[in-house]
Amino acid sequence: MSTVVYTADDGTTTTIEGRPGDSVMETAVRNGVPGIVGECGGSLSCATCHVFVAPETVDLVGGPGDLEDEMLDGTAVERRENSRLSCQIKLQDGCEYHVTTPSEQL
Amino acid sequence: METTLIVGACQAGVQLAATLRDLGDSGAIVMVGEEAHRPYQRPPLSKGWLKGELEPDDVILRTRQWFDDRDIELIAGDRVVTIHRDDTGAGVAHTLGGRRIPFTRLALTTGASVRRLTLPGTDYRGVHYLRDADDAIALGPALAEPSAQRVVVIGGGFIGLEAAAAARQLGKDVTLVEGTGRLIGRVVAEPTSAFYLAAHRRRGTEIVLGARLERILGVDASAAGRRGSVTGVELDDGRIIPADLVVIGIGVLPRVELAVQLGLEVDGGIVVDASCLASDGRTVAAGDCAVMPNPYPAGLGGRVRIESVNNALEQAKVAAATLLGEDATYSTVPWFWSDQADLKLQIAGLSAGYDAVVVRGDPDTERFTVLYYRDDRLIAADCVNQPAEFLAIKQALAKGQTIPPEAAADTSVRLKQSFVDAPVAVAS
Repeated sequence: MSTVVYTADDGTTTTIEGRPGDSVMETAVRNGVPGIVGECGGSLSCATCHVFVAPETVDLVGGPGDLEDEMLDGTAVERRENSRLSCQIKLQDGCEYHVTTPSEQL
Repeated sequence: METTLIVGACQAGVQLAATLRDLGDSGAIVMVGEEAHRPYQRPPLSKGWLKGELEPDDVILRTRQWFDDRDIELIAGDRVVTIHRDDTGAGVAHTLGGRRIPFTRLALTTGASVRRLTLPGTDYRGVHYLRDADDAIALGPALAEPSAQRVVVIGGGFIGLEAAAAARQLGKDVTLVEGTGRLIGRVVAEPTSAFYLAAHRRRGTEIVLGARLERILGVDASAAGRRGSVTGVELDDGRIIPADLVVIGIGVLPRVELAVQLGLEVDGGIVVDASCLASDGRTVAAGDCAVMPNPYPAGLGGRVRIESVNNALEQAKVAAATLLGEDATYSTVPWFWSDQADLKLQIAGLSAGYDAVVVRGDPDTERFTVLYYRDDRLIAADCVNQPAEFLAIKQALAKGQTIPPEAAADTSVRLKQSFVDAPVAVAS
């Protein structure tokens, strides 16, 4: 299994055991974690699963692809250096992920 | 205690239940879904699923734990067939499986069912529709069979084009047959239609436009009781297109049987107001089954029925709030997407009633945007492989902004920088 720790804009954290191969977005939506919408279901079409990747997780997940990079320019909350669309972060077995969700997604 | 009965367990139904809980509703929630599957996402069925990239668990909407934690009762594989109500709006629903479900609040998220082709031959083995999980579970492996080399797709809308693209990516010989003169004609303007025609042909799909079907052809079954197999389709000019597999994607029809039974106003769907309230003033409806006033200030008036995930989610949120007595109205910019091979189409807004279009960029590069105007005001856009422009336009429409047509065509200026406020004209 994998573990994802989601920290909301107000500081509350939710920890979910995720299925390897699922994305950080899917893991959030299926378990009802607030702060991630994922309207398009993970097809890189809506930019409503924006997250800020914590420093300890940056090396694990790397940077965005080209299309994702373009979409990050249009997120509801301005992108930062560590921004990713969480539908593009697939969980690897045995890893722990830490992300912060922005104050709004739409 | 209140009991909310949600008839239908897809995107709208699940979101409606989720929003009820988010808004603090502590009453009972019972959701009844006809399909014998956990609630799942529909869009991947015509995309990644057909290419064999997904498993059933990849498309589920929420975990079992999610339903348990929120005390939402999910009844899957049963169908509500009759509903009786008293003057207070409370009532009892009866299901095909013999269940009796008392409720005090009622939500209809009954969705839409696939439109069937009324021609001879649709029951041959190898003829498929594509709407629900069972369709996809049948079509996926059938498409993967090496013997299914020649694929005919009937219908040049999103489902047909997505299925055709997936089949091409699997190396099949694909012919798409469309009855009208252009692709996706109900939704997009000519420049976008023309682009998709050229783009699919470039990718090796044969496309026949303006084709009237006469029948689906097959070999008769040798043994009694066995279905014969499809061998092709025949057009009304006598032309025969051979096929080992046929996919029919000619749209959907809203499911309104229960609404009719309840005496609700039905006109191309269950008629609701901007609060998702039906004509009896107490039932709510949301998703593909509902028609509501056009939410779009600069578009045409009248009512629209919108088939999209975004619409299902937004209407469900409004419907949930309405059930709880809150003042909620639908105020989102509708949007749509379609992935076909490596072409990402994202549509923002509703283009119905446009009187002019501007093409931004060169369609031959497979990256461009078509902007729709009405009375010189931007109302919608089709963005092909232009996700940044899509997001910028969606946000601008939400803020009531427009972009002058002459500025929109200038690709040397970033679209984001060209938006200006466009107050809605109020009729005096």
